[in-house]
Amino acid sequence: MISLRNVNKAFGRVQAVRDVSLEIAKGEFFSLLGASGSGKTTLLRMIAGFESVTSGKILIDGQEIQDSPPHLRPINMVFQNYAIFPHLNVRDNIAYGLQRLGTPKAEQARMVDAMLEMIALPGYGDRRATQLSGGQMQRVALARALILKPKVLLLDEPLGALDKQLREQMQLELRSLQRQLGITFILVTHDQEEALTLSDRVAVMENGAVIQVDTPAGLYDHPTNRAVAAFVGSMNFFDATVHGQGDAYRAEIAGLGPQRLNGQAGARQDGARVLVAIRPESLTLSPTAPEAPQPSVQGRITARQYMGGRQMLHVAVEGRAAPVAVSIVAQRGDDPWDGSEGRPVWLTWGPGAISLLDAE
Amino acid sequence: MASYTFHRKNRPLALYAGAFAVFIYLPIMFIPLFSFNSGWYVKFPLESFTFHWYVDLFQREQLMRALWNSIKVALFVSFFSTLIAIPAALAVARYRMPGKSAAIGFIMLPLVLPGIIMGTSILGLMNWFNVTLSLVTVTIGQMVICLPYAIAVLLPRFIGVGRALEEASADLGEPPLRTFFRVTLPIALPGVLACLLMTFTISFEEYFMAFFLGGTEITLPIYIWTQLRFPDDFPSLLALATLIITFSFILVFASLRLARIGESLTQEGAR
Amino acid sequence: MTVTSVSGPAPARPSAITRFLHRHEGWRGHLLLAPALILMTVAIIGPMWMTLMMSTWTVRGFDIIVTPGLANYTAMANNPMFPVLIWRTLEIALTCTIVTVVLVYPVAYFLAFQTGRSKAIWLLVLTLPFWTSYLLRVFAWRVVLGNEGAINSGLMSLGVISEPLSWLLYSQTAVTIVLAHSWAAFAIVPIFVSLEKINRSYLEAAADLGDTPARRFWRITFPLSLPGVVAAFIMMFVPTMGEYITPIMVGGPDSMMVGNLVQAMYGPMANWPAGAALAVVMMITIGLASLAFVGLNRLVQR
Repeated sequence: MISLRNVNKAFGRVQAVRDVSLEIAKGEFFSLLGASGSGKTTLLRMIAGFESVTSGKILIDGQEIQDSPPHLRPINMVFQNYAIFPHLNVRDNIAYGLQRLGTPKAEQARMVDAMLEMIALPGYGDRRATQLSGGQMQRVALARALILKPKVLLLDEPLGALDKQLREQMQLELRSLQRQLGITFILVTHDQEEALTLSDRVAVMENGAVIQVDTPAGLYDHPTNRAVAAFVGSMNFFDATVHGQGDAYRAEIAGLGPQRLNGQAGARQDGARVLVAIRPESLTLSPTAPEAPQPSVQGRITARQYMGGRQMLHVAVEGRAAPVAVSIVAQRGDDPWDGSEGRPVWLTWGPGAISLLDAE
Repeated sequence: MASYTFHRKNRPLALYAGAFAVFIYLPIMFIPLFSFNSGWYVKFPLESFTFHWYVDLFQREQLMRALWNSIKVALFVSFFSTLIAIPAALAVARYRMPGKSAAIGFIMLPLVLPGIIMGTSILGLMNWFNVTLSLVTVTIGQMVICLPYAIAVLLPRFIGVGRALEEASADLGEPPLRTFFRVTLPIALPGVLACLLMTFTISFEEYFMAFFLGGTEITLPIYIWTQLRFPDDFPSLLALATLIITFSFILVFASLRLARIGESLTQEGAR
Repeated sequence: MTVTSVSGPAPARPSAITRFLHRHEGWRGHLLLAPALILMTVAIIGPMWMTLMMSTWTVRGFDIIVTPGLANYTAMANNPMFPVLIWRTLEIALTCTIVTVVLVYPVAYFLAFQTGRSKAIWLLVLTLPFWTSYLLRVFAWRVVLGNEGAINSGLMSLGVISEPLSWLLYSQTAVTIVLAHSWAAFAIVPIFVSLEKINRSYLEAAADLGDTPARRFWRITFPLSLPGVVAAFIMMFVPTMGEYITPIMVGGPDSMMVGNLVQAMYGPMANWPAGAALAVVMMITIGLASLAFVGLNRLVQR
């Protein structure tokens, strides 16, 4: 329903967005994830119409809109700092866009009341907008956009200014709201956790370009790129070389030894240098040597970090400079790894734990 | 908390600043003082208190005409220079464009051109095109003088309104002009009023353009200038000057207050 | 729940102009600037060009001969009085600019660093008089300085002097004092603004590193305020160079400036081309002096 085709944006000599092509489906919750300066906000502002495209096309339902000014696009936006009109009360803020549509006054009032109900702020209509808290402003900004029944709702880091607790609550509300309304949401965020919990699909951006588009699970389990792998969650990277051909592929992984590959190698040539990525939680630890045929390697625990429900153990292995990070569920009370620094352990992993990436 | 010495009050410096303030006010204060003095001559000792010179003003037809001219010109100048300054200040505040700093420098040019040069130059051009000098030519000349000040007053207010609020309005379906009237203008209103008052004051007291471009029509400053030749009129001029100074103090005070109110409003909006 | 259906209006096809303007942000900006730029072109570039042209014409009887030539400029060069006049104008403008900038710097410093919460009030107090008519301010000085003016008559009635101090009025000193008073705000404001912009943490850092207040001032505050000082120089130098009212009101025959001659040429002497040539020379002088200020600033900042 919304398509970006080879969209570019240059500010003078700076290329802010490079050749982005995306297809976002109707009713999808789509996120643009990236660090600041990755071009995600510029891309969103081009969809909204606040920035023109340098080249490329933006289509909604097959209609080109890249040359339409923002007020002619069936798109609404929730701004980063809400952009609530300070000279209007809550009611007039929410009804702002209705005036132009010529909605009768009585109908407007009814719609605003319904919206106030929906955002759980009934009776707030006559408050001055500047008296609201951050979370309340956020809801008003949402209501102001949704009352116009847009085809697409854009959200520019909408939860960034809220504290952690409120942010988590708003995430849940946002998600259920989107399910209810069936409107396409496009969210810009630098918070990978937020992108993964909320979205149907996520586009990871770096340096103005989209480097991977996938479902949260896809991104997490099968990153195609070191940057994505590093940005989404934490990751152990190993230098490795591919050997063999056809079904008999195997990898020689620095620090972990040889490993049979089940089709992950694709069409790589014999001797190709690759990068192996393994999530800390895909590794398991045991104090004794596991039985064959599970692959394993012996190491030594060098450090432990408590992280609430989990703990991270750093295991030094031979043939690798940096220790391998292993995440395990913290045990209440009796902790088998208590005082285990320096102790020898065995690292094991299942066949699905490995992702193969191109070496840089 | 460490308290650094440069926050310490420097008493001699404060005294110096106070003395400076006295120096800039003192000469002006003599004008009202002598305007209530019954003597023909401006000198000490003062004679008796009188309103005579003020009453005398209202019997001068030429003065009334000059006053009316000044008001007319000032109204037009403040309205049109503000009208031109608003889009210009918005362009400077909001848009990326090539040649922007050159354009700003060009608009600020009247600040570094002596009045006599602008006056005589415009006079030369008007004459070449056979334009009859009138209050219209004065108005055009004074608009040029006012424009840099008008933009300087408006610019911080428009920057204060912020791009995001205007974008929100456009996003909610309002075209640019309606966005201006529904969002930008209401929030920046104190700044716009301050701009109107300030340009009115500048025009009301402007001398060079009125002198060179007025032709046979005179404004209040020109009236004072021509009457200075007649010693008999001196006390009445003092009375007139007192009224003008009081009036312009009030206008400027109001416009500076408005500018400050605008500042706090836009800060609230930008929050 | 009321918002269940998703049915926004179909996107309208914008006109070609709208599409062009959306694509080109710079054009939108220039369109908004256009009225101001047109006014400036009509009322500054056009007239300046006219003055330049006119300065090459000559007057014969009541007619202007529009054949270009340098007659006005050679006449100026051959007139022994002209260098005297230019030099005097420069002297008055420079003296009054330098004296004023030096005198108001401490005031601007006080305003920026020592007024604290009452800053707005101080700023108002120090700039308010400058919004009153410049003509009236000069007029006020005539009241103060005149032979029978406030100072002379005041001192005489107190018995301090028996004769009026004649040098008070109709002298070059009087012109310089009055000009300094008239344009002082043009010097205070730029210096104040540049001092305000100085990041206070630099000063705190310097204090931390053990600099004395005086060293701090000369090593940090003063160099950082130099752009404001240069702006103050130019803002003040320009109007004083073009003065002609103050010399008439409080100056004597020996304090006439170039502006007086320009005004005379456009007025009683009815020789506009000669006046235009004088105006061109005045502009060139102002331009060169301003460049010198800016250059000097570069040199000092190195």
